[in-house]
Amino acid sequence: MRTAGVVRTAGGYSLTFRPRAVAAGAACAVLALVVGVLAIGSGEYPMSPSDVLHTLVGRGAAADAFIVYELRLPRTVTALAVGAALALAGAVFQAVVRNPLGSPDVLGFTHGAATGALTAIVIVGGGSTALAGGAVIGGVLTGIAVYGLAWRGGMHGYRLVLVGIGVAAMLTGANGYLLTKAQITEAGRAVLWMTGSLDGRGWGDAGPLLAAMAVLVPLVLLGCERGLRMMEMGDDAAGALGVRVERVRMVLLCAAVLLVALACAAAGPVAFVALTAPQLARRLTKAPGPNLLPSMCMGAALLVSADFAAQRAFGGHELPVGVVTGVLGGGYLVWLLATERRAGRI
Amino acid sequence: MLLRAAGLLGAAGLLVLVAALSIAVGAKQLSLPEVVQGLTDPGSASYSVVHEMRLPRTVLGLLAGAALGLAGGVMQALTRNPLADPGLLGINGGAAAAVVTAISFFGVSGYTGYIGFAFAGAAAVSVAVYAVGGGRGATPARLALAGTALNAALISYVNAVQLLDTASLDRMRFWTVGSLARAQDDINWKALPFVAAGVLVALALARPLNALALGDEAARALGSRPELTRGAAIVAVTLLCGAATAACGPIVFVGLMVPHMVRSLTGPDLRWMLPYCALLAPVLMLGADVLGRVLGRPGELQVGIVTVVLGGPFFLYFVRRGRAAQA
Repeated sequence: MRTAGVVRTAGGYSLTFRPRAVAAGAACAVLALVVGVLAIGSGEYPMSPSDVLHTLVGRGAAADAFIVYELRLPRTVTALAVGAALALAGAVFQAVVRNPLGSPDVLGFTHGAATGALTAIVIVGGGSTALAGGAVIGGVLTGIAVYGLAWRGGMHGYRLVLVGIGVAAMLTGANGYLLTKAQITEAGRAVLWMTGSLDGRGWGDAGPLLAAMAVLVPLVLLGCERGLRMMEMGDDAAGALGVRVERVRMVLLCAAVLLVALACAAAGPVAFVALTAPQLARRLTKAPGPNLLPSMCMGAALLVSADFAAQRAFGGHELPVGVVTGVLGGGYLVWLLATERRAGRI
Repeated sequence: MLLRAAGLLGAAGLLVLVAALSIAVGAKQLSLPEVVQGLTDPGSASYSVVHEMRLPRTVLGLLAGAALGLAGGVMQALTRNPLADPGLLGINGGAAAAVVTAISFFGVSGYTGYIGFAFAGAAAVSVAVYAVGGGRGATPARLALAGTALNAALISYVNAVQLLDTASLDRMRFWTVGSLARAQDDINWKALPFVAAGVLVALALARPLNALALGDEAARALGSRPELTRGAAIVAVTLLCGAATAACGPIVFVGLMVPHMVRSLTGPDLRWMLPYCALLAPVLMLGADVLGRVLGRPGELQVGIVTVVLGGPFFLYFVRRGRAAQA
């Protein structure tokens, strides 16, 4: 899949980065699956990894099957899917905007999803379906608004970021206001959701996201990656090479907004995955370009590991996964910045 | 030059007008003679309303507005990043994390109690962002990335504490929207030295920061010292953001928006831009506060909410006109 993008990079360099990118993506994917198996095996009713694997292929005990299929697998699958979706959306945004800060968190889509969910909680007083629906509607409307407001006879990367920041700030105000209007119990529920949590997620939460990913991930990876790579050289250059820039960008942004909105609906606006996963993947692969597939694998590994830690690393307390991704992700990026600086790479 | 000086005078006039409006308008409706009487005559019925509520509130709006506007201007110049604002570089997050710690673990409840903590938090984060971002060799991108990283970590911490402690959530959610409603003279007196020091440092930095905009090499050639300039700028931002955030909560939009609007009036020269920021940011802040009092009757809308509702469309308009996007 990557051959199309490799040709244009400087000779020699392209030959060295491809195996590394593949290896990095594969390592992240393996890590994600291993942690997923460990997470399924841990809890009040511990299971060995081999028991988990046997159950997953349909040869386990009946009790094990119930625990795995009804309780723990949905949560783990949700974690993997949400992590991959957020990371892919983040990688797309960062490439389109050509700015490492151009993640859904900065552009306001997660804020919009939160506004929708808060509206559902505070004003409508709805349950988890209304909350998820509100999140999707809020995220998509925000995406349309940001793109529409940033459009001015064409799209300019910085203008998109600035418009996103403006919209995000307005939505933050709206969210704060909704929180002050809520009953204290509703406020608690709203803050829990806004932190990002996978607690008690079932197939009903993961289902819509997985269905959308089945369509959107191939669309982005197969249909648009080449165009996205070309657009990193600039719109004019990409246009000259036959890329229909505005159409590719529109499709990519629609897909990314949908991925973010559905991921938020499933788990809340989990902090930092969309922002860090592409950055980490880029540093692992040492490859230029959007690094879409390695980013996805990295995001899945990050979120499933964070959720595992959130459930088991704090003694009796189970923290929402967003707390862990935020603190760990932030800390890790700080460490990475420090070491990269010492090594003189940035 | 003459035009810009006249504009500065106009901005000052506008500020006086809005400040007068802020004293005259409120939940309790007073006629203009009553307001004047309340200002001057200790025996009058309106004296306590004017002196205990509206004057402190107006002064706090002035202080916090000027602080946030200047902080935003300095940060955008320092990071050469038009996206820089107290939120993005983690300063608000640091202050908020410290205040949550104060509320939840030390049982602090008074607004005067928040100042020390918020200030320490803002200072710690400023230093940390500067250190992680590269210290002497800080580049704009690295600073912004370091700030974003720290901010996200701190917000997660704030959320975690709020989730584990419902009582602190109840107090925090009102603090985090940003409001001038609890203004008191003693808060203003405590914030004043920090804001004043921050304003002085920021204004003194106009020329060195101008030089820095040409790049480190050029700045050195012009006799300024980039490391010293950056360090002093961080000190100024810490003083300004810490004091303002502690007093009225994280009001995020003013520091981002005002410098963008001002830049389209004055151009990039900070010797003009920063004074304009210091005058026009409080105009926005007080205007928004007055509007919140009028629109929210019989209660009020917190100023932090009005600034985003008002400021958002303005900001988007400036971005769409294309000037801010090129900054």
